[in-house]
Amino acid sequence: MTDLAVVGVGFVYPDGTRALDSVHLHVRTGERVAIIGQNGSGKSTLVRQLNGLLRPTEGSVLHDGVNIVDRRVASLAASVGIVFQNPDRQIFSGRVRAEVGFGPRILGRSGPEVDRAVRSALESVGLQDAIDLNPYDLGYSRRKLLTLASILAMDTPVLVLDEPTTGQDARGVERVQSIVHEVSGRGRTVVAISHDMRFVAETFERVVVMGGGRVLLDGGPAEVFAEAAWPTLASTYVEPPRAARVGARLGRGSTPTEASLVDSLTSPG
Amino acid sequence: MLTLKGVGYRYAGYAAPVLHDIDLTLGDGELVGVVGANEAGKSTLCLVACGLAPGSIGGALTGGGLEIDGEPMAGRPVHEFATRVGIGFQNPSTQLSGVTGSVFEEVALGPMNLGLMPAETVERTKWALATLGIEDLAEREPRRLSGGQGQLVVIASLLAMRPPHLVLDEPTAQLDPEGTRLVGDALRELAATGTALLIAEHKTDLLDGLCDRVVVLEAGRIVADGPAAAILGDPRLAGWGVAPPSRVRLASALSARGLDPAVLEGVA
Repeated sequence: MTDLAVVGVGFVYPDGTRALDSVHLHVRTGERVAIIGQNGSGKSTLVRQLNGLLRPTEGSVLHDGVNIVDRRVASLAASVGIVFQNPDRQIFSGRVRAEVGFGPRILGRSGPEVDRAVRSALESVGLQDAIDLNPYDLGYSRRKLLTLASILAMDTPVLVLDEPTTGQDARGVERVQSIVHEVSGRGRTVVAISHDMRFVAETFERVVVMGGGRVLLDGGPAEVFAEAAWPTLASTYVEPPRAARVGARLGRGSTPTEASLVDSLTSPG
Repeated sequence: MLTLKGVGYRYAGYAAPVLHDIDLTLGDGELVGVVGANEAGKSTLCLVACGLAPGSIGGALTGGGLEIDGEPMAGRPVHEFATRVGIGFQNPSTQLSGVTGSVFEEVALGPMNLGLMPAETVERTKWALATLGIEDLAEREPRRLSGGQGQLVVIASLLAMRPPHLVLDEPTAQLDPEGTRLVGDALRELAATGTALLIAEHKTDLLDGLCDRVVVLEAGRIVADGPAAAILGDPRLAGWGVAPPSRVRLASALSARGLDPAVLEGVA
């Protein structure tokens, strides 16, 4: 299991753009954490620090209390699997089977284990029938699910998803939701970046709000989407889910999900 | 005006068409949304409507054809389409030209290729960047932008061309709410100048306030086409694999629990 700590991390890109500024974040094993905030607020830069793809220019990143500064990306990849926002920067094989099998093979699994991992990952994302296709014969939404399967097949202790619901239809979003719950139910940690506030409020137990490279808020959905937090959310262009806005207007307190809003309206008082 | 008349299309190397009997007209200044489950044919429809399929990517029309302002476009070269129909791909990073060193040059590339005078190119570029609130990205390297910033730059470069017709495949997929709002405002402004717009989107909350009309695709066919409010409130929407706008979802969740959805009126 891997406990992640980001301690006072700052990051400046080579062109001088400061993307992270004194970020502190402690993610405990098995947590489901969403990272939200405006475009360019540092979300993708932050998650790339977690597996060493980018190295902090200030501060440090710890896995289970140990600084990862001397560990190579190849070894960190066994602990933290990242599914990128853009599937086409991730896919490189000519066959779905090879694409999904690459990760577990690199981790040294045996042939039958690789086969099992490939099948089970493809089944989770609903692509079992695509196993012999070329990834580029799949539409964008299915290529995104394919990259998710590739990382699921590695069964890493930490799963990081960068905008997993973009391009997904209603069923696709539900599928991603159930995968997050299934993975976290097995004691794995899930960290996801998203602009889809309904998905965030319904799927994650903790929400980290970023703005200008800093952590602005960090708490449960009810806390982060409560009316008192709206000015902070607005500063990083986050709009609370509609259910939260309706609940506040109707004096029902913080109702971040549609279910919690309907419950509060149907309960007495 | 852009018209698809009974269009069917199949990709190269595939026997089965993925679009069937598509009849769709975009009037000047009209904003038309396209919704549907994944693999329903939305992206293919976008490629056919802008002439890239089959013109550039191959495959074949299995029926019908595309007309622009009443002229049949069969056999016309792709560069002619490019001046008449703009296209924004689903994945903005595949659209950045890769030949420019700054966002300003990237956005100016389109108007320059239309043969516009430098003064007008600069004026349009500044306008497009300002309209989307990304003036501060002007000197940045296009390849070093975040996903959402890249998407805004792609849309700015389309706005700067002021195409008479514009097809957008999930233009706000990677945008925050502010970016989404700015894009919505810009598209309304563009439509007011007479541009016909076709927008494929999963975000029905965006289409809800933006579109005049919404078309639903299922398995490559149009199964519904009507005023945005009627289609987005249609109880069959979820069955077509489309998440209804949050306004509609909340109202039906309340009705299902015996509450009057009128409590939602005038709220958020």
